Amino acid sequence: MATASIANHDTSHDSHEHEHHDNFVTKYIFSTDHKMIGKQFLVTGIFWAVIGGFLSILFRLQLGFPEMDLEWLRPLLGGWIDETGKLDPTFYLALVTMHGTIMVFFVLTAGLSGTFSNFLIPLQIGARDMASGFMNMLSYWFFFLSSVIMFISLFIPTGPAGGGWVVYPPLSALEQAIPGSGLGMTLWLIAMTFFIASSLLGGINYITTVINLRTKGMSFSRLPLTIWAFFLTAVIGLLSFPVLFAAALLLVFDRSFGTSFYLSDIYIGGEALPNTGGSPVLYQHLFWFLGHPEVYIVLLPALGITSEIIATNSRKPIFGYKAMIISMLGITILSFIVWAHHMFVSGMNPFLGSIFMFLTLIIAVPSAVKVFNYLTTLWRGNLVFTPGMLFSIGLVSFFISGGLTGIFLGNSAIDIQLHDTYFVVAHFHLVMGSASFFGLMAGVYHWFPKMFGRMMDARLGYVHFWATFVGVYMVFFPMHYIGIAGFPRRYYSWTNFAFSDMYTDLNMFVSVAAIITFGAQFIFLFNFFYSMYRGRKASLNPWRSNTLEWTTPLHPGHGNWPGEIPAVYRWPYDYSKPGAEEDFIPQTVPLSETPESNLPHEQEQVKIELEIMKDEDEVLVPNESES
Amino acid sequence: MYGFLIGVGILLLLSIIWMVYRIQTLVSVVKGSDKKIASSSNKVNALLFVLFMIGAGVLMFWYSIKEFDNYQLPIASEHGAVTDNLFWVTMAVTGVIFLITHVLLFWFPYKYQYSEKRKASFYPDNNKLEIIWTTVPGVVLAILVFTGWMAWSDITAPAPENAHVVEIMGYQFAWEVRYPGADNVLGDYDYRLTSAINSHGVDFTDLNSIDDFPSPVVVIPKGEPVLFKIRARDVLHSVFAPHMRLKMDAVPGMPTRFWFVPTKTTAEMRAELGDPEFEFEIACTEICGRGHFSMKKVIEVVEPAEYQAWLAEQKSFIQQNPALAENLPAELKEVAEIQLSEQ
Repeated sequence: MATASIANHDTSHDSHEHEHHDNFVTKYIFSTDHKMIGKQFLVTGIFWAVIGGFLSILFRLQLGFPEMDLEWLRPLLGGWIDETGKLDPTFYLALVTMHGTIMVFFVLTAGLSGTFSNFLIPLQIGARDMASGFMNMLSYWFFFLSSVIMFISLFIPTGPAGGGWVVYPPLSALEQAIPGSGLGMTLWLIAMTFFIASSLLGGINYITTVINLRTKGMSFSRLPLTIWAFFLTAVIGLLSFPVLFAAALLLVFDRSFGTSFYLSDIYIGGEALPNTGGSPVLYQHLFWFLGHPEVYIVLLPALGITSEIIATNSRKPIFGYKAMIISMLGITILSFIVWAHHMFVSGMNPFLGSIFMFLTLIIAVPSAVKVFNYLTTLWRGNLVFTPGMLFSIGLVSFFISGGLTGIFLGNSAIDIQLHDTYFVVAHFHLVMGSASFFGLMAGVYHWFPKMFGRMMDARLGYVHFWATFVGVYMVFFPMHYIGIAGFPRRYYSWTNFAFSDMYTDLNMFVSVAAIITFGAQFIFLFNFFYSMYRGRKASLNPWRSNTLEWTTPLHPGHGNWPGEIPAVYRWPYDYSKPGAEEDFIPQTVPLSETPESNLPHEQEQVKIELEIMKDEDEVLVPNESES
Repeated sequence: MYGFLIGVGILLLLSIIWMVYRIQTLVSVVKGSDKKIASSSNKVNALLFVLFMIGAGVLMFWYSIKEFDNYQLPIASEHGAVTDNLFWVTMAVTGVIFLITHVLLFWFPYKYQYSEKRKASFYPDNNKLEIIWTTVPGVVLAILVFTGWMAWSDITAPAPENAHVVEIMGYQFAWEVRYPGADNVLGDYDYRLTSAINSHGVDFTDLNSIDDFPSPVVVIPKGEPVLFKIRARDVLHSVFAPHMRLKMDAVPGMPTRFWFVPTKTTAEMRAELGDPEFEFEIACTEICGRGHFSMKKVIEVVEPAEYQAWLAEQKSFIQQNPALAENLPAELKEVAEIQLSEQ
């Protein structure tokens, strides 16, 4: 395959020789170009975000307006609207389940990490493409297949999986327990299997690419923080997704082959099942061994994107570059040893609860360091509020708000009351959902010019940001009150209990805010698709940024740089360097060319740099004369 | 008709948005502001951050204070006072951090908004600062964790010997309650014995189960330790008694437990809240299927003397349904018959 082999070619060749003429299929569908694959992930992610968001509007209607006649939804939902015009309680659970699954995996894992790891890794490290373009293509198409299966499951007569996005057995294992655990759950498991395969194919590629294909001079200590984040995310995914696969596989066995990994002592539907000796808690351990790292799989790329955008638009180096890397490393490692804080009251040994409480609150420290570093980066900056910058600042706000409530939930004594209440819902929607979503949005606004060669409209971006930022707080902040009051999650209605038979006004407010926030996303959709074709032509480096992707042509071809891949001579955060004429110095500018702005230790490096450049010239010249 | 009107409305809205969009694009081209690094919108956005901070801050304080009695559920257990105290201490600590960080986060954009005359400070790192804001949160968190751990250890410690045992079994979609009777020991059970007349699956060949009795409500004495033995018959459930600050999953195949000391009787709570209808409730907090939202059980907390009187009145499973004793071995049948004759 000609397209896949280009990364292996000698970089000193003139790439015009290799310009190949893609047909529609190889360019837009079965593409091995990392940029196209990134865009494929993005568009699929956006599609899922609309579906996932729409599902949440459906169940918010039920929660905010329990008396509402939903007859008008019958054309869409059919039998899931009962004779009295109410949403079916089983389908309500299916909605909640699919909203969670779609948002966590399809939007914030594939849509975020898939898009930006693919798009940015080769561009920012100076590579022609991913280590394996073919595997990269497979990664997308496994994801696509997974998407198709999950999408079909929404429309089957018994409904999609309905056991919550965590699909705890026995509920998810027994068709008698809930109709969604029949075919819907089978499709869920198949879809997730393909999804895991897709994640692993992608992750291996990201890791090998970052390790092996960095351009000359791009040492790990000169990598943009985005790349560090994508790299560590891929490592987390590679280590944790197989465990989810194991959990799912055992669940398949329990469901279809009569094993008892998770099932024991069950009497259901008027009969006692033969299974004994299994443990539902085993599933929870396996699930959360992925489930918790998954939070960071979702969050780290967003934090990486934010680091890059905040530095660029503050016209200031990111504060504490090394501290940022160390805290991301810390989060990566700790993310694997905190999983059981989801299970304080699951019946597991309370001693384990104590251990996991200690470990969990340790992970708050690197997170706090990151926040303080962001704040210091803004301090005495020269801030340009591009839409990307606004979304990044919004992300930091959500990260603080949601992160702090994590300190309550990580404390097992306090968690007794708060576990599985709306306090948890508020917590993770802010810190994981909204923060990562804002990272995704920031990334799209910031790298849109590189993706499509055109600018998105900034003003529409501002409106989109403010509507969404205010909207997200209006949706999730009130949930803290509801949660402290003890309202349980995944409840179709709260009026059965005296303690929760209140706050109908607050729930109505939340639902209205959710609808408005969802509506505001259409501003983005319009801006995105319209600008793709009709947006203002972008300049080569619209944000006056330092990183390598802005040294490519406006529409980089397959191979990214028409000539040689540029070499890198400095870290990516030389913004507003004292003495420099401009307020940014791209990574490709040698230190020897900027004596006026070099710091003392950099001045010492100039000599080494010149020697290396001289040596390389000697090697390169004969090479070039050959070709 | 309705749908048609909505359609027209949406169309109208879209076309208005479209016009506004085109006009502002043209205006910005005419003004040449799209060439500038930071247009006048920069100032607006900077200002909006400050306005958002003030607006949202006022709203938050106003609502938090106004609604305090609504969202703060009264506490009715000993450990509940401890965990609530921890909750509010954590709230104070995190609240301060929340306010400080957000004031900085929203004020910096205003203060340091772009100006062509200024250059940002080149300030890449400061190890002293990094160390400070690594250790300070570390120490604060350590204190919070330590107090939490002490409370957690006390709460999850083995129940006192004299605790009143109550078994709560979850199934789709209700709870069933079993008391151990005079011996304060619950009899064995086996899920395979579950039937229409024996919904608990109690094994009556175990002597301890002869005096076990069911109850439609959970009755417990005030001021004395109570041990909930929790199990599930079909899928996961979770016992949640919000006023008791109690929550524990019910797991099929793995019995769990939670002990506590209730501090207020139902009557006292009714007087305190001025609500004659008030009842302590148990809800389910682990998704369990269609009726997840309706698994309610009432807890009635009474004075110890009342509790003893209530216990004496209760009829065992066998007394309520002598058929259960039919297939028992001879010596157990004798015990059962004595019990029946005492009625």
